[in-house]
Amino acid sequence: MDIVVIVVVLVVVVLLVVAPFRRRGRAEVEESAELAELEAARHAKYREIRDAELDHRTGKLSEPDWRALDRTLRAEAVEILRRLDELE
Amino acid sequence: MLVAGQGCLILALGVCFYGIGASLYGARTGRREWVASGRRAVYALAGATAVAFVILEAAFLRSDFSFAVVTSHSSTTTPAFYRATAVWSSQEGSLLLWLLLLSLWSSLILFATRRRLREIAPYATAVLLGLGAFFAALLVFLESPFDHTIGPVPAEGVGLNPLLRHPSMMIHPPMLYSGYTLFAVPFAFAVGALVARRLNADWIRSTRPFTLGAWFFLGVGIVLGARWSYSELGWGGYWAWDPVENASLMPWLTGTAFLHSVMIQEKRGMLKVWNVSLVLATGVLAILGTFLVRSGILDSIHAFGASTLGVPFLGLIAVMIAGSIFLVASRAAELRSAHRLDSLLSREAIFLLNNLVLVLLCLAIWWGTFFPLISEAFTGHRASIGPPWFDRFTVPLTLMLVLLSGIGPLIAWRRATAANLRRNFVAPIALAGAVLVVALLLGAGEHPDALIMFALAGFVVGGMGQELVRGVRARRVMAREPVPLAVASLVRRNRHRYGGYLVHVGMAVLFVGVAASSSFADERDVELTPGASARVGGYDVEYVRPTSELVAAPNGRLERIDFGAVLRVTRDGRSSTMVTERSFFPSAGPMLGPVSRFFEGEATSEVALDAGLRRDVWASVAPDTRRLEPRVKEGDKVFAEADDAGALPARERDLLLAEALRGLVRSYTDAPPPATFRLLVSPMVTWIWIGAIVVFLGGLIALWPSPRTVGRRVSAAYAARVGREARVPA
Repeated sequence: MDIVVIVVVLVVVVLLVVAPFRRRGRAEVEESAELAELEAARHAKYREIRDAELDHRTGKLSEPDWRALDRTLRAEAVEILRRLDELE
Repeated sequence: MLVAGQGCLILALGVCFYGIGASLYGARTGRREWVASGRRAVYALAGATAVAFVILEAAFLRSDFSFAVVTSHSSTTTPAFYRATAVWSSQEGSLLLWLLLLSLWSSLILFATRRRLREIAPYATAVLLGLGAFFAALLVFLESPFDHTIGPVPAEGVGLNPLLRHPSMMIHPPMLYSGYTLFAVPFAFAVGALVARRLNADWIRSTRPFTLGAWFFLGVGIVLGARWSYSELGWGGYWAWDPVENASLMPWLTGTAFLHSVMIQEKRGMLKVWNVSLVLATGVLAILGTFLVRSGILDSIHAFGASTLGVPFLGLIAVMIAGSIFLVASRAAELRSAHRLDSLLSREAIFLLNNLVLVLLCLAIWWGTFFPLISEAFTGHRASIGPPWFDRFTVPLTLMLVLLSGIGPLIAWRRATAANLRRNFVAPIALAGAVLVVALLLGAGEHPDALIMFALAGFVVGGMGQELVRGVRARRVMAREPVPLAVASLVRRNRHRYGGYLVHVGMAVLFVGVAASSSFADERDVELTPGASARVGGYDVEYVRPTSELVAAPNGRLERIDFGAVLRVTRDGRSSTMVTERSFFPSAGPMLGPVSRFFEGEATSEVALDAGLRRDVWASVAPDTRRLEPRVKEGDKVFAEADDAGALPARERDLLLAEALRGLVRSYTDAPPPATFRLLVSPMVTWIWIGAIVVFLGGLIALWPSPRTVGRRVSAAYAARVGREARVPA
């Protein structure tokens, strides 16, 4: 029984680690990786924009500071969207 | 199944080495299939470790005494729940649990980032597998849970340490270990980011749930430990600045600092060196915590020399510290901040100050914890540091911390103006002033530290309440929602912010409980005979009568002797009854007699506790068993003579022993000796547990992932706005 358990675990481990070598060259995976990274950046940027707006509404960012910060954040968001468009 | 378990551990060790090689080769050559194979080695490590853990768990549940670790840590009379959790009461089982949790969390983060952080992830994989290899090697070569019991397999085991037979104590270790192992994730990704020179905030965002999770689990573990200490140990406190307690608190403090300072890096691109140093230090402190718990280095300096784990752990910690310093120093140029601090009156400055206070707290605790070893190294004798030393440093620093936790969420980013300060600080300061006056009127003035803490807590609660009210108002203006819906929407859409605010409120409540209970407690140690009473904290406590019981397990095996006391507690004409006990478990020592071994083994306290929002009445008893000693010795002598003569069959001997013990137990209640009681009336202890629950509720809110549908709707709305405004030149 002990040997059976060890052999089963060994086979599963080997199958698991060699699987990537059996399906090589999947370019779409690489592409979707960059896409996912940009999507994550887009969500993070939107959260920053929302945070800044709430900070402004609750009195922790002055009007000029908020406007300046908001413009910068939105410009960065646009850049991310542009890069996303290029990929898509 | 001993061979199968050991085989799985060897496979786990092998797969760690393979995964490290594959990940590094893939990262260097850019061959993605090798990186993917390295990542899958982490999944394989989790699988092999899980199988080993299941084999060990099954052995405990089946009471398979062919496993040496089961024989030494369990018995057939141990209840099933405690048999299941006895796995991690042993050194070997707890190391296996560490490896299992590390491999599970590592698998989760690497699966979540499998299409992201491509430059960083392979190096992080190698670091996580390196830690995995360390623990797998300890299990394979030094502390195997799959060793066979020496000699013939016994019919019965030693049993679980009685002190650990408490529900919270059995959940406490997995919580602490989850915290420690989760902190390995941001540590590994920080190393990966430094090696790959990808030092923007991407890795911080991806690992944030794991950092928050580590903070959450470690915090729950710390509070469960405090609760266990309060309700199970007979000294009446919840925190003793014990080395093992300190070991868990230190990474929690630096982790808390990191969770705050990363916000500045994300928003302003500042503090990169500080952040990466903090997360690396937290990772090292998490390993140091495990080392302190498992090695016993600070319980006995001599145990350190004899420990099989001390040297490997010190080696790992040395490598982690040296590697961290080298990486940070060699990446100094890339870690330069994008911006400078605009003003000392800004949220950034307050966060920085909060970080300094947290790190100073950690340093003070580190020094106090290791001072016995340091003093021995330099002077040859071991000097110890007690709670008064810790209090001298931690009390002022904690007061400062609570103040900063109130200021931080209220002050403006970049630069606060006079108008901002007026608008945000007047109401919370007014509430703090009101709390101060009420506390003074209630007589709290004799303890200035506690008085300041109460006022600061009022400031924090006032500030957070004001933030919620303003946020809800803003939400109602925008969405025209009723108040309850506006609160729910606001919190749902800003989980980090409002979860964090709730954590601040919970911490303030918790520290109010700590300040009140440590400053205004009334404690007495008294010796009472039945019918006598003592007065403590305005309560009359009468020792009504003694109790005693010989307790047998369901299979008939004699398990313990309980000596206790029934107390009547009276205040203002109202009475209640409380019961406290001291349980004596038999020692397994072969040199002890069959009767005396019941009085020479482990003893645990069952405290009497009447808890309330205003105060706790707490009592424990230390029965005087000296009067029983002549009868105990006589009993040992009779059984020794009978054993020598070989006159008693085993079954008859057991029955006679039970009868002798019953006689002893009866004699305690028939002619009760005086008993020593510790009586404690402690105000607002319950606030500590309520505060902790609020803290963890806040942590859960911050941790909870946003629903996908909401995320899409919000994304779409902002995408439209960003698109519109993109056409307008800045």
